[in-house]
Amino acid sequence: MSRSTQRLHLPANNEEDTVSSSRIAVGAGQGRPKPPGARPVRRAAAVVAAVMCASVLSGCGGSDSSDADSGGPEKSQDRGPITLASGKDTTGTLQGQLDRWNKQHPDQKVTLVELPESADQQRQQFIQNAQTKSGTYSVLNLDPIWVAEFAANQWIDELPAKEFPLDRMIPAVVKTGEYFGKQYAVPFNTNAGLLFYRKDLLGKIGTQPPTTWDELKQACVKVRKLPEGKGIDCYAGQFDKYEGLTVNFSEAVASAGGSVVDDKGKATVDTEAAKQGLRFLADGFKDGTVPQQASTYKEEDGRRAFQAGKLLFHRQWPYQWSLANAKDGSSEVAGKFGVAALPGLDGPGKSSLGGLDLAISKFAKNKATALDFIKFFSNEANARTNLKVTSAAPPYTGLYDDPALRKQFPYLATLKESLDTATPRPVVVHYGDATAAIQESAAAALSGSKSVDEALADMQKNLSAAVAAK
Amino acid sequence: MSVTTPAPVRKSAASRPARSSRRAGTAGLAAALLSPTLLVLVLVIGYPVVAALRLSFQVSSESIDPDTGFKVSASSFGADNYTSVFSDDRLLRPWWNTTSFALASVTLEVLIGVAMALVMHRAFRGRALVRAAVLVPWAIPTAISGMLWKWIFNSQGVANEILGAQVLWSSDGFQAWLSVVIADTWKTAPFIGLLVLAGLQIIPGELYEAARVDGASPWRVFWRITLPLVRPALAVAVLFRLLDVLRMFDLPYVLVGPRKHSVETLSMIAFEEMTNLRFGTAAAYATVLFLYVAVVALAFVKLFGADLIGRGTRSET
Repeated sequence: MSRSTQRLHLPANNEEDTVSSSRIAVGAGQGRPKPPGARPVRRAAAVVAAVMCASVLSGCGGSDSSDADSGGPEKSQDRGPITLASGKDTTGTLQGQLDRWNKQHPDQKVTLVELPESADQQRQQFIQNAQTKSGTYSVLNLDPIWVAEFAANQWIDELPAKEFPLDRMIPAVVKTGEYFGKQYAVPFNTNAGLLFYRKDLLGKIGTQPPTTWDELKQACVKVRKLPEGKGIDCYAGQFDKYEGLTVNFSEAVASAGGSVVDDKGKATVDTEAAKQGLRFLADGFKDGTVPQQASTYKEEDGRRAFQAGKLLFHRQWPYQWSLANAKDGSSEVAGKFGVAALPGLDGPGKSSLGGLDLAISKFAKNKATALDFIKFFSNEANARTNLKVTSAAPPYTGLYDDPALRKQFPYLATLKESLDTATPRPVVVHYGDATAAIQESAAAALSGSKSVDEALADMQKNLSAAVAAK
Repeated sequence: MSVTTPAPVRKSAASRPARSSRRAGTAGLAAALLSPTLLVLVLVIGYPVVAALRLSFQVSSESIDPDTGFKVSASSFGADNYTSVFSDDRLLRPWWNTTSFALASVTLEVLIGVAMALVMHRAFRGRALVRAAVLVPWAIPTAISGMLWKWIFNSQGVANEILGAQVLWSSDGFQAWLSVVIADTWKTAPFIGLLVLAGLQIIPGELYEAARVDGASPWRVFWRITLPLVRPALAVAVLFRLLDVLRMFDLPYVLVGPRKHSVETLSMIAFEEMTNLRFGTAAAYATVLFLYVAVVALAFVKLFGADLIGRGTRSET
């Protein structure tokens, strides 16, 4: 691995010599009969090897990770081919972006390494890679929830924050790449939840989209009295026991003015605000505001229900906009819905943040190239193209006010509003345990097997244990 | 035979020491010939097992450096992983799930599989088609069939449509357990069917003829002739299935999802621990599962005499 990358530093006409001489050097070391005239070649090989060693980041050993300061990306001068490890490219546009870079940097090519689609499986691949200290992945496209874990384990390098236009990005989004006050990752794109509502039905009862939970419930009562609103389900989000439940629970708590984990890293789900947040969801299931089957909903289940016209309000990511507006008959609500910021307890609520962050693997080679590539990959022009082509929400504030983009994506203004007030999901090193603790108790409260107070008391206990490093 | 036998007798009578040295030579040769295989076995089976066992005794403690936020971990050896496995109330439920899956789905699979085999064994038109069709579920990878059944058991899916009820299959509870049993039975009954079919084909036709001459009812023929004679094949099939179900992971993981307590198996717990980077506890869970599977397999072999190492029919008498 390392030899093949090192070789590319050398002028092309030397390449063949290097390969054959190093092969002979290896053979001689094992005590084989020396071919006549091998000596000068071997000496040359040793010199070449020494030069190569010196030119490579952490020497030929490559895996001595203990001296942490030896290879920060900002100090690195090493350039050459790198890889971008990213989840399965469902948009089909990543390679095009890489091609643009590769054309300009023929000697610093970036190869795409496609990982599985699910974030959990991507994380496993990243971790396996980190534990073997392999340089296979240079730039990681990380779900923000793993940034803390990767930074704490020293699997990713700190990035020079000053070299990125972070001040032009949405502050809450920038924060997703932070750990212990240092920038370990920069946003590639972001995401926030929106309240999708049926414009046509709300128009009939003459109300604006709700900004509080009470208004939402009242609107439902009124719409259900309409002949066309008979039997419609009121509200749904992602309530199956998976990461989506953590997102929805955190949003409910934040929308009631609370937090899941506070700034000092302490679990705070036994507060009154947390109780009110969870109560909104749990009572919703009890009084029929939320349909029973929503307890099995992930994103796509809810989208099917919304597109079939069975839901009045739906908490969903922006991707639903174009799908639910499809005019090919797959959606019965095309043109009949709008989006608003999430409602909260006494006013507009707060969304959780999704998206992807870019980081550099500690064990990567050619970190100078990796840093340059991240700068290119996360720049505003690229974010604009991505928004246009894949409708991925950009981290840059300016793009949300761009008239042309606003015309193409009418929800941008609302999304900006959501992103401005959004809160990152809890920053926890043992995020897997933290999200398990949240899902466990939240699911129990939603199914009614535990009261809200009981569930939150359990959650506080388990979340505290997960937050405190064991 | 009779021609060759006298030769060694004569030879051994003539020179005894020569023979023993030759025997030692053969043993050496045998060992030499076997050693590559043994080496590979030690590398790919022995080493991982020992490494996992060692890992299960490795207790690691972690803390976060308050200045840098970096993880500081230290590890020592001890039985702490096992005490936490056995003191935790998380062990009992997955253990029971694993066991109940094994009992329920293997029972159903045997009933359906034997029925399938009896049907496939009959001579009728389109038999080849039926045999091929029965094998389709077995040919589909488990994760894929998990996805298929996930769609069927979706809240807006086919199962609810047919039942005319709103059963929330993927939410935690008995229904989730049932959905896994149904999907597992669908998938693996053909396996039992196939092995039993192979067993049926070696039963001589004369036995059935004799039974018919004696005027035995079909039911009696099944109990007295078919079942006893197919038992060795069936026992092997059941043992394989039992071992498979006890370490079941993919089907409940894909069909219902992780951390749903009504379907969580021991393998899933070990996996969960591993994904949260507690490799020691994960290895301890895996070791516990390994021992449990070994005990069940031994008990099964002792009780039903599954003929695994090919002692032939002699052990039956």
